[in-house]
Amino acid sequence: MSNTNLLSLKDIGKTFSNGTVALQGMSMDIEQGSFVSLLGPSGCGKSTALKIIAGLGNLTTGSLKWPDTRVDHLGRPDHEISFVFQEPTLMQWATVFENVWLPLRLKGTSRKAATAQVSEALGMVGLADFATSYPRELSGGMKMRVSIARALITRPKLLLMDEPFAALDEITRFKLNNDLLELWQKFNWTVIFVTHSVFESAYLSNRIVVMAARPGRVVADIAVTSPYPRRGDDHRSSPEYNETCREASEALHAAMKAGDHM
Amino acid sequence: MPDIQSPPALLDPVEMRKARMVRNEKIGRWVLPILVMALTIFAWDRFCVINEVPHYIIPRPGIVLAALIEDWPLLMSSLGTTLTITFSALAVAIIGGVGLAVLFAQSKWIEMSFFPYAVILQVTPIIVIAPLIFIYVDSKFAGLLICAWIVAFFPILSNTTLGLKSADHNLVDMMSLYGASRWQTLRFLRLPAALPYFLGGLKIAGGLSLIGAIVAEFVAGTGGVGSGLAFRILEASYRLNIPRMFAAILLISLTGVLIFMFMTFLSWLFLHKWHESAIKREH
Repeated sequence: MSNTNLLSLKDIGKTFSNGTVALQGMSMDIEQGSFVSLLGPSGCGKSTALKIIAGLGNLTTGSLKWPDTRVDHLGRPDHEISFVFQEPTLMQWATVFENVWLPLRLKGTSRKAATAQVSEALGMVGLADFATSYPRELSGGMKMRVSIARALITRPKLLLMDEPFAALDEITRFKLNNDLLELWQKFNWTVIFVTHSVFESAYLSNRIVVMAARPGRVVADIAVTSPYPRRGDDHRSSPEYNETCREASEALHAAMKAGDHM
Repeated sequence: MPDIQSPPALLDPVEMRKARMVRNEKIGRWVLPILVMALTIFAWDRFCVINEVPHYIIPRPGIVLAALIEDWPLLMSSLGTTLTITFSALAVAIIGGVGLAVLFAQSKWIEMSFFPYAVILQVTPIIVIAPLIFIYVDSKFAGLLICAWIVAFFPILSNTTLGLKSADHNLVDMMSLYGASRWQTLRFLRLPAALPYFLGGLKIAGGLSLIGAIVAEFVAGTGGVGSGLAFRILEASYRLNIPRMFAAILLISLTGVLIFMFMTFLSWLFLHKWHESAIKREH
């Protein structure tokens, strides 16, 4: 695995028109193939940062660079980026198949030509038998799986996730955590994962960036060295994991204190 | 200690009562309205007989039925005329309402500029605009169509506009992340998201286009070629042919109910697979 940077944020700042400073002086390099968690209290700008990386919002100051990647005239990279939201964000009127097909459909791929890829993606998230179901017929965890299948169908280089499992119960969340790690290793994605859970970030990522609010900024950058694969309860009871949790937790508490709210 | 070997009851008493309720409700849904209707007609008949109301004031139900049968060919041809206006107006209202809504959804400036006119058209009673329309428009058919359209199009416009705007913001973001064009966003996201709203508007507009057609016929009056149901009612009232008036009113109501039922069916057809409003819940 090369350790070149996929993207590089330099001194990024975002001020909304109502005067809120969502981000200030945020700098970080995201290494190719890494799994980075952005951890912080609500209002620390972690979702804003994610949207800026996705190209869904403009910067007020600073720059966003993609070294080693061709970019178009808008500065967007020529590889695929996928986004997974906190809500499954599915089209209620469309079947599971049609939801996963959408990114390909937008590029002009016909239903027939997309069938193999959609089936493969659904198989990877364990929903091979649900292609003809409608989202309302699925549980919360299954809907999130559809959302992940839709994200991986374009074979993205970068996967952005905005608290994707926050609304799920713990058992489902643990299961999806493991499945996500497996897919990440298989495809060698770069993942940026926004969360407010210390434990989730410690379990999943190999780097935790802790952020503070008002203004949103980076206050700590923790490398997580535990090797993958990390297996469920074994890993959760390991000293390395607990040490990471403690470290991230302390940084988060410091961040909460630094922000002018509780 | 209870005998654990005994076969368990299939349903407990509460669930049995629920099941019975569901069954009764199913029957009641049809039987009750029919029963009430029959009683009303019976009471109407008795009222006329007991009070010796002359049939040129309130005809007995039997006489209305006789008029309906006797005047059937005449009334049917009038109904045809009215229905032509109604459905043409509805079709134009759908095209115009959805078209304008799509235009509004594309640009806030267009919406700000033109929405007030839509509101003005909606709140000004058609009965006061119609005479002007018949002065300015030579073709009677076109005049009737314009009147019925003005009445029918607003619910479609306002509902569809609301629907197009109510698409999930995250899905809109996702569309732009995947480089979707404006047209693709409209086709794959905004239009389907607006469908339940549009169908709600259509349900109202269906009835309104009938009302619009009838009102316009009334204003257009008895002169000329107009021979819709409203014309028949006016004509019958001049001749004190009250049974025929009743028969024509009956036909109008029945048509309105059928249009409403058809729109309800259409809603169900498009929404029953996915939209909360059309999904049967299992308790």
